[in-house]
Amino acid sequence: MKHYEVEILDAKTKEKLCFLDKVEPTATVGEIKGMFHKSHAQWYPARQSIRLDPKGKSLKDEDILQNLPVGTTATLYFRDLGAQISWVTVFLTEYAGPLLIYLMFYFRVPFIYSPKYDFTTSKHWVVHLACMCHSFHYVKRLLETLFVHRFSHGTMPLRNIFKNCAYYWGFAAWMAYYINHPLYTPPAYGEEQIKVALVIFLFCQIGNFSIHIALRNLRPPGSKTRKIPYPTKNPFTWLFLLVSCPNYTYEVGSWVGFTVMTQCLPVAFFTLVGFIQMTIWAKGKHRSYLKEFRDYPPLRSPILPFML
Amino acid sequence: MASGEDDGSVEEKDNHKKRTISPFALAWLTFYNIAMTAGWMVLAVAMIRFYFEKGTHKGLYKSISKTLKFFQTFAVLEILHCAVGIVHTSVIVTGVQVSSRIFMVWFVTNSIKQIQNEESVLLFLVVWTVTEITRYSFYTFNLLNHLPYFIKWARYNLFIILYPVGVAGELMTIYAALPIVQKSGMLSVRLPNKYNVSFDYYYFLIIVMISYIPLFPQLFLHMLRQRRKVLHGEVFVEKDD
Repeated sequence: MKHYEVEILDAKTKEKLCFLDKVEPTATVGEIKGMFHKSHAQWYPARQSIRLDPKGKSLKDEDILQNLPVGTTATLYFRDLGAQISWVTVFLTEYAGPLLIYLMFYFRVPFIYSPKYDFTTSKHWVVHLACMCHSFHYVKRLLETLFVHRFSHGTMPLRNIFKNCAYYWGFAAWMAYYINHPLYTPPAYGEEQIKVALVIFLFCQIGNFSIHIALRNLRPPGSKTRKIPYPTKNPFTWLFLLVSCPNYTYEVGSWVGFTVMTQCLPVAFFTLVGFIQMTIWAKGKHRSYLKEFRDYPPLRSPILPFML
Repeated sequence: MASGEDDGSVEEKDNHKKRTISPFALAWLTFYNIAMTAGWMVLAVAMIRFYFEKGTHKGLYKSISKTLKFFQTFAVLEILHCAVGIVHTSVIVTGVQVSSRIFMVWFVTNSIKQIQNEESVLLFLVVWTVTEITRYSFYTFNLLNHLPYFIKWARYNLFIILYPVGVAGELMTIYAALPIVQKSGMLSVRLPNKYNVSFDYYYFLIIVMISYIPLFPQLFLHMLRQRRKVLHGEVFVEKDD
């Protein structure tokens, strides 16, 4: 069997960083990253982007050397993606924050409100309900991160954890401050408004969870395959008929429910910002699906049926 | 933000591609820049005349405020130009710069009448006027492909003094406005209310002042980089994410 020689150059400076001889033709890009890591300990595989062309797309870890358009002396280019952090770590941190922060406001821990209110509880039952819903939402997210989601990427850039936590924690504190405030005003239409809102919230939470399960079942454990998601026997997944990313649709719905339940402008604002971000992601995902699959159902919109 | 799936493709900004815009866009931009140059020149003349006739800066702001509001507000079009692509500058950079001007004009000097005669107001007005006349005439000549070197020089050198001085004028003005805002409680919303939100304009202004700390250096460094590129032909290797 003929062995390959692999040289790795810096994509920007073209400097020779590493020369690997006697590489198996069946070696994967992932294995080559491991070998590169041995000579450059600071660049662990997750932060390596290896390409055929300095300005080209990153090769996948699963790509096999002999299937690449290279000769037996292969020249590969390296770009440092910067310090990386695992998706699981980021998700756990960004979701644990709102859970705990909200509770601090709910229990009126000192130094938030006037001292005479320390450790008191709200007299409005909707405030207790809101705390349960908010906490349930983030506990659900934490459990999904640990047991449901199958991530295609292992890591993301380290700076994302600061951006993401600032967003989630900041908004959680801002919302929680007003909902749990001693001068909080309950919804204008009282019990009716709260009940309707609760139904919307729960419906969408179940919907969102159903979609997460359906997406998980699309992908066998440990694999990174991509398939078109379809409705299953669960009626909550029938939204797949009309929308590419029903998980985002349901998520927006949950927060709309929470907004109506609390009648709190900061919550409305958080819902709006989340909707904008999820629409951007949904449009990207929708475009990816259309590019990858010829037979993609034409009736589907990215996030809102027939609209967006 | 943690993104949905990303296929790993890298987009490199190609800075060497020759960019062309439609004749219609060219005509509009030329008109726009000539009009803005003229507008800020009118402001400059009005300010000089006022000062020479009255011998004081008191009442100067009031005399030019309509013209200032008109031309400064018109500048929001520049954000649109970037968004549509007929001007090749970052929408965010332009957005931040225009927003800070709009904020100063409408939410500080226009709304808080008691600070209109502060010296710091005159300071930033002078800075803005000189900066804008230079900038808009630069764009005009650039579009007509007849850029005199001295305008290019002015555009990429005067900012080194004008930018920090302007920022100083703006910050001093906001600082002077603080006690008035706190006392009057203007533009503020208190609890309880049916939307369960509150807003304190006084603390908001303090946050605005603090935000100059991260924002101003970035904008200034952006201008310095532009200066090195344009005047000294330096090539910058873009840092892609």
